[in-house]
Amino acid sequence: MKRQFPLAIAFICGIGMIIQFFIPHPVSQRTYQEVLQWQIIVGIFMAIIAIRSLFVVHIDKIKRKKEGWGYSFITLFAVLFTAFVGIRIGIGEDSLFNDLYAYIIVPMQSTMFSLLAFYMASAAYRAFKARTAQATLLLVVALIVMFGRVPIGEKVAPWLPAFIEWILMYPNMAAQRGILLGVGLGMIATSLKIILGIERGYLGGG
Amino acid sequence: MNFLEKMMNIDRRWIYLLVGICVLVPLIRPVGLPTSITPYTRALFDYVDKIPADGPAVLISFDFDPSTSPELQPMAQSILRHCFAKDINVMCLGLMPTYIGMIDIALSNVKDEYGAVSGEDFVFLPYVPGVTAVMLSMGESIKNTFIRDYYGVLIDSLPMMQHIRNYDDIAIVVSISGSAMPQSWAVLVGTTYHVRVGVGTTAVSAAEYYSWLQTGQFVGMLGGLKGAAEYENLIESKGYTIEGFRKVATKGMDAQSFVHILMIVLIIIGNIAFFSLRKRSRQI
Repeated sequence: MKRQFPLAIAFICGIGMIIQFFIPHPVSQRTYQEVLQWQIIVGIFMAIIAIRSLFVVHIDKIKRKKEGWGYSFITLFAVLFTAFVGIRIGIGEDSLFNDLYAYIIVPMQSTMFSLLAFYMASAAYRAFKARTAQATLLLVVALIVMFGRVPIGEKVAPWLPAFIEWILMYPNMAAQRGILLGVGLGMIATSLKIILGIERGYLGGG
Repeated sequence: MNFLEKMMNIDRRWIYLLVGICVLVPLIRPVGLPTSITPYTRALFDYVDKIPADGPAVLISFDFDPSTSPELQPMAQSILRHCFAKDINVMCLGLMPTYIGMIDIALSNVKDEYGAVSGEDFVFLPYVPGVTAVMLSMGESIKNTFIRDYYGVLIDSLPMMQHIRNYDDIAIVVSISGSAMPQSWAVLVGTTYHVRVGVGTTAVSAAEYYSWLQTGQFVGMLGGLKGAAEYENLIESKGYTIEGFRKVATKGMDAQSFVHILMIVLIIIGNIAFFSLRKRSRQI
């Protein structure tokens, strides 16, 4: 029963929404609007579960004094402090809540992402070698695109931007479209497996 | 150890130092190299430019957080400037909690330049959980999805929202994103509610969207910092900017030029060293 009940809900909701999509009746439309509201409410509960999960994981780390438990303490303090500031002091322009975002989150995330440029330069120097015919093709195209996508490349070779657009619009697009079709078919197959109860991974428990 | 062997085993800190110099020097002393306009940037600009003043609104979905903001924030601010200069109503939406802060920063930077007023020229929508459910729910009723704006004012009481009910009253959704969110906008909203979708994305993601552009599912695209610089140049050339307008993306393009050249040189040196050493080891 513990497994059959969620499977039945998934089947009824899945089939129900497929049927609803093809019926333009007012009752069907009202049902659709109601389901969308439910989805937003479910989203709120998902946030509550995520917060609970965060606390369970980090409190356990602190209790057992696992490696890096100090970071868990900082994480929990940051969550509680931000929530306190947002709820008690308030949000909006010139608020402490916005300052926490602008002066802590923004520089931290920007710094983390900016470091990629340094790692990429080092990795490209060491690993980007023309060892095979395919690797050579990739290397040559990458160099052309890198050079032509910046103003200095356009200045040196004015024909490059048009050539790069051709590379992106034809060979690149052909490959991307093949990937997209594969992903689309995969999504349909997985959705059907979930609705029909063949794929049960989302129920958890291994 | 000869020169080539030294080059193959170069300490990575030297490479980091070179990248740092190539980024910093052009930012301190900009070269000001011109950027050509790609057809997809022009297509998006032209579409927004044709929207009548105080007619259907532009919905800008800030689908990014600070990690990709150096590339994407200049795009968002340029589109905001374009709309405010032409008196086009704007709705700003963030579908994740960390996206909301980006809207606040963009509006703070731009609204005072044009005297834009909340509720009259723009509406800042608050965070509501659900992502795709929120996208779809807005197609039925924006007022039922949000109730209040970010500042806590009832959506129903805002003058701008008197003629905006759902996607029927929105001219275009511009998704500015470093993730796959623009695809969700095209598939769920563009297809279901027949609203046009434009995209602004990071340079690394731009290649994914060419098939969507070819089918017309995206009106146009701003690709990476170059796309942002192109849009900055377009709004400046049409006179939509105030005096002393700081072209953030255009300045960044100089740094990007130098880093790209450095990487090309490094890759070529790396390959020369690799093949010379391989040839020598075969001869031995």
